[in-house]
Amino acid sequence: MPAVPAQDRVNDFVIKIATVNGTGSASANTLLMKAIFRSGIPVMGKNYFPSNIQGLPTWYEIRVTKDAHVARSGRVDIMVAMNAETYGKDAREVATGGYLIYDSTWPRPALFTREDITVIGVPLAKLCNENFNGVRTRILMKNICYAGVLAALLDLDLAKMRELLAETYAKKPKLVESNMQAIQLGYDYAKAHFACPLPLHCAPLDQTAGHILIDGNTAAGLGAMFAGATVGAWYPITPSTSLMDAYKSFCDKWRVDPQTGRKNFAFIQAEDELAAIGIVLGASWNGARSFTATSGPGISLMSEFFGLAYYAEIPAVIFDVQRVGPSTGMPTRTQQCDLMICAYASHGDTKHVCLYPANPEECFYFAIAAFDLAERLQTPVMVLSDLDIGMNDWMCRDLKWDDAWQPDRGKVLPLEEIVKLEKFYRYLDKDDDGIPYRTLPGVHPKAAYFTRGSGHTQYGAYTEDATDYQIVVDRLVRKFHTARGLVPKPVIEMAGTRTDVGIIAAGSSDGAVREALDVLRGMGVHANYLRVRGFPFNDEVDRFLAEQRLVFVIEQNRDAQLRSLLTLETPVEKSKLRSLLHYSGMPISSSFIVKGVLAEVAPKPLRAVSPGQFP
Amino acid sequence: MTFIPKPKVRHPSLPRNALGLTRRDYEGVLSTLCAGCGHDSITAALTEAIWGLSLEPQNIAKLSGIGCSSKTTAYFVSGAHGFNSVHGRMPSIAMGASAANRNLAYVGVSGDGDTLSIGLGQFCHAIRRNLNMLYVIENNGVYGLTKGQFSASADIGSRAKKGEENQQPPIDPVLLAMSLGASFVARSFSGDKAQLVPLLQAGLRHRGFALIDVLSPCVTFNDHEGSTKSYAYTREHYEPAVNADFVPFEREIVADYAEGETHPVVMHDGSRILLRKFAKDYDPTDRVAASGYIQERLRQGEYLTGLLYIDETQREFHEVNGTPDAPLNGLHLPALSPGSMGLEKILSRYR
Ligand SMILES: Cc1ncc(C[n+]2csc(CCOP(=O)(O)OP(=O)(O)O)c2C)c(N)n1
Ligand code: SF4
Ligand SMILES: [Mg+2]
Repeated sequence: MPAVPAQDRVNDFVIKIATVNGTGSASANTLLMKAIFRSGIPVMGKNYFPSNIQGLPTWYEIRVTKDAHVARSGRVDIMVAMNAETYGKDAREVATGGYLIYDSTWPRPALFTREDITVIGVPLAKLCNENFNGVRTRILMKNICYAGVLAALLDLDLAKMRELLAETYAKKPKLVESNMQAIQLGYDYAKAHFACPLPLHCAPLDQTAGHILIDGNTAAGLGAMFAGATVGAWYPITPSTSLMDAYKSFCDKWRVDPQTGRKNFAFIQAEDELAAIGIVLGASWNGARSFTATSGPGISLMSEFFGLAYYAEIPAVIFDVQRVGPSTGMPTRTQQCDLMICAYASHGDTKHVCLYPANPEECFYFAIAAFDLAERLQTPVMVLSDLDIGMNDWMCRDLKWDDAWQPDRGKVLPLEEIVKLEKFYRYLDKDDDGIPYRTLPGVHPKAAYFTRGSGHTQYGAYTEDATDYQIVVDRLVRKFHTARGLVPKPVIEMAGTRTDVGIIAAGSSDGAVREALDVLRGMGVHANYLRVRGFPFNDEVDRFLAEQRLVFVIEQNRDAQLRSLLTLETPVEKSKLRSLLHYSGMPISSSFIVKGVLAEVAPKPLRAVSPGQFP
Repeated sequence: MTFIPKPKVRHPSLPRNALGLTRRDYEGVLSTLCAGCGHDSITAALTEAIWGLSLEPQNIAKLSGIGCSSKTTAYFVSGAHGFNSVHGRMPSIAMGASAANRNLAYVGVSGDGDTLSIGLGQFCHAIRRNLNMLYVIENNGVYGLTKGQFSASADIGSRAKKGEENQQPPIDPVLLAMSLGASFVARSFSGDKAQLVPLLQAGLRHRGFALIDVLSPCVTFNDHEGSTKSYAYTREHYEPAVNADFVPFEREIVADYAEGETHPVVMHDGSRILLRKFAKDYDPTDRVAASGYIQERLRQGEYLTGLLYIDETQREFHEVNGTPDAPLNGLHLPALSPGSMGLEKILSRYR
């Protein structure tokens, strides 16, 4: 199946490791990925894990990618099959010409049914049983041991692995030695029994300088701290929990007064998501930057409060790390399935500002933008990341910080202004941008106003009067229009060649789309690309749509939610939009996109394409 | 409703508090509740209590959920910010507001429906966190605003206006709060201003969660014969157990009380509550014994009232959290952000 001969694929292949969760394979996989990264080779790592603590199948995919395609390609070149339960399926997944590594302590005749791949047996359990004591240690070391086998087969630098272990176990030097021993066992065995390295292997590059390996939740939690958020409230839910954990651990380090030990933040584990968002609103109403992180089920629960925040105009930042729905769905699998609910969450005419980060780097910057936007616009801002971005380590450019940055606290009247006022009215559109002025409690009695989710006039008084009600809700429309110009602009990449075909995507589909565009270009198929980064859609989105004859809308949900939003919120004719929908719970792959585009747009008959190239 | 501004005529003879403000300065907009509604009396008592404590209007935040009772936050202290949130969720708003600024006085007003049905979870968790606020339940045994359905505080055998009898046991907020570890628990009656005002004042000064369950008859839907939350029934079955006089710190020196009859409780700010017990064996500092006694009286159909439990030693949310004395909402960027140097350090872990 591979169109490219293996020997040409140095620094360009995919390793997949099949294990059982709770057996310590995560540290082995991270170690491998980081060792490749430290060798200057771009790398992608994705963890496919079950919603379970111990005992179910789990996979880790490492893509070594000299061209920095940090997305799933859709193929597997080397499978490390450590899980007896999934051997058969795992073996079938290897591409022709690929390799299958297994623990040969026990015979696995089922593995030898394929002629087109190379099977490599290493007696991992035996090696570890002979060298380590204790059942748990042996299991853990068996997983570290395959990292050693791969180090030999792929020509990874053992010194780098030791260095990484020394950093991880800085406080437990004994663990460095035992892990290194396991690595060496695997390494030596592979060296002695197989021709190392394989034709598919790593060769040091210098393409990772100025980059980090970080997951989106960590980056977003970091962003929340840098943005000056002081109140974080949440109810635990996969895959958002690590965002709050990250915020807390950064704050524990950087926000505790060294003299007094007092904490310059409040971190509140709420009783449920209803309370979490209530806490956020109470804090924001009272002038603190406040946020929550959740996933789909939490968004459903928070919806009543979203409507209040929209109508009473209270800032709030909500990170929705999307997972597979509906209902509990598949909590540890990824999707972009909350685009619709977040845009319109709550009853009545409500609309919310949404941001769609594509990677951890954007999670960091969008976290900061979200707090500024929420306070500028006095409304909830949803940051829609997903499990793939949130929980996987992504290679991205170094995060940068400008020390001159100041938060945009929006239109909050300071005391000097308040005392000059005859009387303060909360919901007047003084500046013609739909955004009113607000005041904070505790400043001056003249600044007091009454916040309510019931009908109110532009003066803040209760009303059931048609005109008074409409004045306020019509202004909210103007405010939303102002938001169009404030949310991050789309990233547009024109094909450079004349084409009237476009692609629109959002969020974590970006990497796969870019790789697909490269592949398609090689086949003479060109497309202009727009990545949406904010809702409401900016003018640029309208313009792009108008310029294309045909637009593929690529997204990771069943119901074409992004396409629906585009048809609802832009003047585009529906018939122009073609959906490419990926909703298996796995991150979208470039091959899926290539195949989908080719099904509609014929390649130029310049070069023949083998049909097997795009599985 | 239309907003009818009341002329603010300053009458020279109106008494002034320590800030030089009259009771008028602590009023809100005109109530739109039914004439005779118990909730309006509680509003009056709150106004009196806050005026009496000389709190700066802007240093108060008034929070509520949804219901006739929850509307009342608009009817007192118009110089304070008010927040009429969503049904049953006021405790979370209060939690967030308090997290942002620990130095305001938070006055929460809720109903028995708002607190004991839809908002029961948040109510319990506010108690668990010992959130520093005054939490008033205006308890009428019905959902007033949705026209008289039984609430979770309706007693077994109590009759609705149309005659239907309640069959389910009530949730008693006082007993519930005691069992959850609340640090200040009181019960009163909207018709007993003399008892209610000092209780509200003590609750405002209490550092932690101060619950006052105030029986507050709904004249429109629950004031008939057969109701156990009517004016008549409440007056008859209302049993003060402990009288609590609130003596603010500033007045302490001149207070004169006879030793022996009274049991003073010293509060965090130096104020005192002078407890006078009507029930001889009642001890409002013994959680277990007090709960037993309240339960016993409830079984007899008597609502024990007064300051039923107090513990001034419990740590409130901010003490547990370790937040600084200055409000979080006033912190500036240097105290919040590690800056570019900090970021560089942080990123070294991800290389
Ligand atoms: C989510 C939601 N469900 C239902 C309602 C309708 N509702 C408004 S007030 C109320 C009950 C209020 O009862 P209570 O808290 O006892 O207040 P009261 O009017 O008796 O003072 C209900 C059910 C609502 N506002 N929101
Ligand atoms: S319906 Fe009942 S609770 Fe509501 S205002 Fe009228 S008397 Fe008061
Ligand atoms: Mg009621």
